[in-house]
Amino acid sequence: MKRSTLFPWILIFLGFLYFFLPLIGTLDFSLRLVKDQITLEAYKNVLTSARFQNTFTYSFVMALWTILAGTLLITPTAYWVHLKLPHLRPLIEFVTLLTYVVPAIILVFGIIRVYSRPPLSILESELGADFLLVMGYVAMSLPAMYRSVDTGLRAMDVRTLTEAAQSLGAGWRTILAAVIFPNLRIALLSGAFITFAMVIGEFTIATFLARPAFGPYMANLGQTRPYESTALTIISLSLTWACIGVMQFLGRGTQGQIQVTR
Amino acid sequence: MQTTQTLSAVSPPRARNISFAWLGVVPFFIFAILFLILPSATLLIGSVQDRQGNLTLGNFAGMFQGVTLKFVAAPSEASLLGVTFPLPFTVDFQSNSIVSAYILSMQVGIITALTGGIFGFLLAYAAVLGGLPKFVRSALLTFSGVASYFSGVPLAFAFVATLGRLGFITVLLRNYFDFDLYMTGFSVISLLGLILTYTYFQFPLMVLVITPALDGLKREWREASENLGASGAEYWRYVAFPIILPSLLGTMILLFGNSFGAVATAYALTGGNFQLATILIFRQIRGEVLQDPGLGYAVAVGMIIVMALSLALYYWLQRRSERWLRR
Repeated sequence: MKRSTLFPWILIFLGFLYFFLPLIGTLDFSLRLVKDQITLEAYKNVLTSARFQNTFTYSFVMALWTILAGTLLITPTAYWVHLKLPHLRPLIEFVTLLTYVVPAIILVFGIIRVYSRPPLSILESELGADFLLVMGYVAMSLPAMYRSVDTGLRAMDVRTLTEAAQSLGAGWRTILAAVIFPNLRIALLSGAFITFAMVIGEFTIATFLARPAFGPYMANLGQTRPYESTALTIISLSLTWACIGVMQFLGRGTQGQIQVTR
Repeated sequence: MQTTQTLSAVSPPRARNISFAWLGVVPFFIFAILFLILPSATLLIGSVQDRQGNLTLGNFAGMFQGVTLKFVAAPSEASLLGVTFPLPFTVDFQSNSIVSAYILSMQVGIITALTGGIFGFLLAYAAVLGGLPKFVRSALLTFSGVASYFSGVPLAFAFVATLGRLGFITVLLRNYFDFDLYMTGFSVISLLGLILTYTYFQFPLMVLVITPALDGLKREWREASENLGASGAEYWRYVAFPIILPSLLGTMILLFGNSFGAVATAYALTGGNFQLATILIFRQIRGEVLQDPGLGYAVAVGMIIVMALSLALYYWLQRRSERWLRR
């Protein structure tokens, strides 16, 4: 007996509508700056605005710092836990869960309170605030990054590779730089793209650390310039999705994971 | 020369590494302490101190100041999202701004967990078990992977551009179907609008989690139940659904937390006028509301408690679902 596929098709069609209508709506809206005309004027206004260029560059650089800091912090840790301290896994898991339990708004609330008064008052300086922003982002992307690296480590024989390198006389730094990192290239890249996608338009932490970032700029523009802000939505979406696309392409074969920090 | 060097390089560090192995994870835990645990702990400490720094539970009591709940034995009506239904009693509920914000956040969390969860489950069901061509499944998973990252400020703008007063669908309906969406009382800056917007990033997560669970339903189970004379409905009622129920519920709890902690989408959509718990904290940090730092910390700690409880529930359900769906 063959069951009818009508009901499943209707469901998929509804999902298709729900997924695409807001995208089509946004694209359409962003092209209508001039009445009764399809125009790229809104995009031109946005891309040539100095505020856009500055905030975007700033967020881009902060995203790169986040990726660098996250990689340097998490890869050696995950490697070490894998090789020597598997019993610490639950503790690492606990830290990862903290990022879920403490949403971004609460995290930044706490960060402000800790780092705006002695003895740790580093929020006052520009450099200190940038540092706190990057650390907040590392915390936010920690679960995704850790999972990505952990999956990569599981896929290779860490112990044998380490022992082979050791018996050839390599020190720990050489092992990490010449053996582990190159083997984790795909995992690290996919972690990097996911981090970038999460961080580039981040709003909450950047707002409260008073950083000149892309997310707050976007939110600000939305209150005064509806067409330009939708154009910006399309731009930031394309960028985010390009990252996710690259990541999904890199991660083919590994199990799709979910990400719950927001 | 060569031999002695190798020997001395290999054996003594090995002895050292065993006792000092934990040193390798110190940077990670210093990071966790400085940027996750310390900030949360400070909020916790602030929440149990009064303005003079004395230990008190007054801030938590303050959250409930002016809240009364009484049940009166007289029939009444309640309405949820425009649907009115009768109640056998009258609820006399006086709230304050904090408790109202929590209630609203929980409402949005529960409703979007349900809408996103059920819609996502139905989509995954259609793609996995609906007998559709293979490409539907991989397309659905790809789109879900992408859509689950569409959140925050851009998502809010997309929904305003689509369902706002001048939005794509609003204009389409007005011009071609002579139907004015905004005459029906609908607004994208309303509870319903917020729920529609949140559901956009909620249902893909359900699709991503539940698809492997549906894959885990073994063909043998279906065949066994059919051999024993069960109909399709009975198979779902007694076999398949009980097996996936824990992971379904568990995912819905994650969705609840996802919505409960979200702030950027709601802020960009409503300009901060919608009093969710996160928006309350947002305005508290800006110094616009409450005027009492201790109370603000208590509100934040309350959110952490809600998130922690939901996560504990999730883990409990997770343990139950692993019993059958071990891959």
